[in-house]
Order: sequence, then structure tokens, then C-alpha cells
Amino acid sequence: MVKSKIFIGITLGEILLLSLFFLLSHAARLPGREGELQARRELVQRLGLTDFAIWTEARYTRHPSQTDFFSPFQDFPSSLEHFPAGSIIAPVLPSGSDRR
Amino acid sequence: MIKHLKIIDYALASLLRRKYKSLAIITAFTVVVTALASILLFTGALKQEAELILAGAPDLIVQRTAGGRHDLVPVAYADRIRDIPGIGLVVPRYWGYYYDPLTEANYTILGTDGKAERLELLEGRLPEKDGECAVGAGIAEMQRTVSGGELILVDSSNTGVLYEVVGVFRAASSLLTNDLIVLTDNEVIRFFGLPSGKATDISVQVYNREELQTAAAKVKRMLPDTRPITRTELVRTYEMVFNWRSGMLLTVFSAAVIAFCILAWDKATGISADEKREIGILKAVGWDTSDVLALKFWEGLIIALTAFLLGTIAGFVHIFFFKAFLLAPVIKGWSIVFPDFHLAPHLDPYLVFTLGFLTVAPYVASTVIPAWKTAVTDPETIMRG
Repeated sequence: MVKSKIFIGITLGEILLLSLFFLLSHAARLPGREGELQARRELVQRLGLTDFAIWTEARYTRHPSQTDFFSPFQDFPSSLEHFPAGSIIAPVLPSGSDRR
Repeated sequence: MIKHLKIIDYALASLLRRKYKSLAIITAFTVVVTALASILLFTGALKQEAELILAGAPDLIVQRTAGGRHDLVPVAYADRIRDIPGIGLVVPRYWGYYYDPLTEANYTILGTDGKAERLELLEGRLPEKDGECAVGAGIAEMQRTVSGGELILVDSSNTGVLYEVVGVFRAASSLLTNDLIVLTDNEVIRFFGLPSGKATDISVQVYNREELQTAAAKVKRMLPDTRPITRTELVRTYEMVFNWRSGMLLTVFSAAVIAFCILAWDKATGISADEKREIGILKAVGWDTSDVLALKFWEGLIIALTAFLLGTIAGFVHIFFFKAFLLAPVIKGWSIVFPDFHLAPHLDPYLVFTLGFLTVAPYVASTVIPAWKTAVTDPETIMRG
């Protein structure tokens, strides 16, 4: 039964590692990390930021929350959306819509 | 218990006999789980980050729309909004986009009130005078400038303007500030040549969070050509961008599901002649059907559990220790200034259980069911083929 013991040992090791990751993600909410979060929140508040700076290729990808439903298509009538990020970002429906 | 340990022993020996096949299945399975776990962890962490950080965003942003497009808003609207009961600070915001032909990158230029404040995530200070600016880490790197250095931009009248860099945002904030150039409000107006009395939009403070929707409705009623965006909507946008229906998730999910279906279909449509013969021999030497099923169950579980645990661990390490380096090019698109992801580790047990259930259970089932069909047949018939 050596093989089964080795397998169980390895599996338990993997579960332990996953549990450590879980604890690590909880430790992320400890005071030290909370300070880092607070600093980012302060930055957002001070500069009035609304969006993440992930996609800088177009207005509606740089500020998805500030854009409207059809801005990817409004460059000219019947224009097609062509930025790669458009295939990643789901459409953002206009404010007040319950279809979100 | 001892019996099951012995069956596990036998199952391991059986898998080791077909070690290349087993290794190939575990590797392919692990890659699929890693891809799924990476996407789920990454989007989960970004959603959480958005929820926690954007809590500091303006309560309400009021934009003006003309012909369905975002248009400049008259500053006089701010005074009218101020008259609504329950409304606190109302500030016109000046910001816009700038294309830098040298680096072929888009930057966001944002105005501030000209208070030379120091922030924890800013090395230096915010601009106080018109010739000063604070820049994001991405711009500092791209323009090879530092705090105390210089930055040249071309304004709307096609004139080069030299700015003194008085602050550089630290890398820890690059998810928010990577492409940002902060100037004073007056300088933004001059730089973009904005008409006097017009702002980009208006940020509004609402005292009571419960009244956010009511305040937005009041603004819309009072100024019908405006579009109020509440903070709840900002956070919901990011939930929407990174939820399972988003293109990124859907693409990876579909690829993983197709790969998994092929694997399961291959398993479920029958087991190999060798495996059938093995089951026949086991039954002929006295194994019960239940023992054979237990053996196949353990074989399936050993493969699926190992791949699931390895895949989830690899996904976590990839996203939080290696800053999602494999995923970043997929997300990057055409962005030239792209931030490093300093995401706080976030492992949701619900996510782990869902992933586990969706990967381990179908694989074990697709291993046990064909084996059961074979195991209930007479051993002689099986061995004769």
C-alpha cells in the first residue's frame, strides 16, 4: 500500500497548499493590506476616478462606465466595432436600464 | 478502508502501466483547469477590486448628451444641480484623451483643483501651477521621465507644451493611474481649447446613499439632455465586464467545454479492448462488479482530482504571483500603455467547489459508466471480445 499512501500524501499536500492560498486571500483583508486599499480609495476619491486604466485604445474601452450602449458603433452610420477589447468587454447598457 | 487502499494501490499500478496515456490526460486536463481557474480568479479579483476601490468614486456623474454622443456640459448646470435638496459638493470636471503620435499611445488627461496635495500612492505631489503635471507609472516609463523631469505634449493649437513632472503615481496604483496625466483644471481647459463655461462632466455628491437613484432621477427631470451615472452603476459595469457572460470568459469557457466534451465523449463511447480484457480477467479471478466499479471510480478520481488541484494551484500562482502574464496579452488588445496587475489574492471557496464539481464529477462519471456496462457482462464474453 505504499503507492496509495504516497498518492494520499501528495493529494493532502495539494489541498494544504490550496488552503494556504485561501488563508492568504483572507490575510489580504488584514490591516496592512487594508491600508493599501485605503490609499487606492483615497486616490479614487481625490481625483474622482471612475474606471480602471486597462484598455486605452478607445473612449468606450478606457471608460466603460462612462460610455453608452452604442458608442462603439457611432463613429459613422452603420460602423462596426473593431477594437479587440470590444470582444472582451460585454456591452454596457444605458443608465436606468434593468437589462444589465 | 484497507480494501479501498488496496484498490487505490491497484488503480495507481494500472495507471502507471499506461503511464504515457495517463500523463497525457492529466496534463491536458490540468491545462484546461488552469485556464478556467486563471480566468475565474482574475475576473473575481478585478470585480472585488472594483467593488472595494470604486467605493471612493463620485456618487453621481452628470454628462450631457447631444445627438446620442457625450457632449461638453455647461458649468451653469452645476448651479442648478446644487439647488436640489440632499446634494452636497457639485464640481465640474475637466478631462479628455490625448493621442501621442511618438509613442502611438492614448493618454487620459485629467484636471484637478490645483491644490499641491501629497497622496500615499503618489511619489511627489499633485500639480499646483499651470506648467506642472503628475503622471502615471506607465507614462513615466514610456516617456522616460521621473519626478522632477519633463514632459512635452502637443496642445489643441498644435503647439508643444513643456510640463514639469512634479509627481509620479506609484506602480501599486497603476490599475487606476497607468495612463493618467494630471494637470490643473485651468491648464486642461487651455490645453484642449475647451470653450469657456463648459466642462467635460459634473461630479455630484449625494449625502444619503439611499437617495442616489432619486437624485439621479431629479437631475434627469430637471436637465433632460443629461445622463446621470450613479456609483452603483460604475461598480455594476465592472461586474458586467468581468462576469461569466463577458466575451473573455465565454471564449475560454467554450474552448474548455469543447475540449472536455471530446474527452468525455471518447471515454463514454467505450473503453479500449485492453481495459475490457482487464475487467474480464479481474471478474474471472473473483472480483465483484462493485470492486471493478470501485477500481474505475478511483482511477477516474485520481486523474481528475490531481488535475483539478494542480490546475487550481497553477491558476492561483499564475494570477497572483506571476501577475497574469499569460492572460495579459489576451486582455491587452491594442492598448499601448498597459498596467501591471497588482491584484490582492482572492480565493473564493464557492469558486473552488464549482470548479471541482464541474471538472471532477463528469470525468469520474464518464470513467465509471462504460466500465459498469462492461463489468455487468459475463467475463468469458468480455475476454472473447
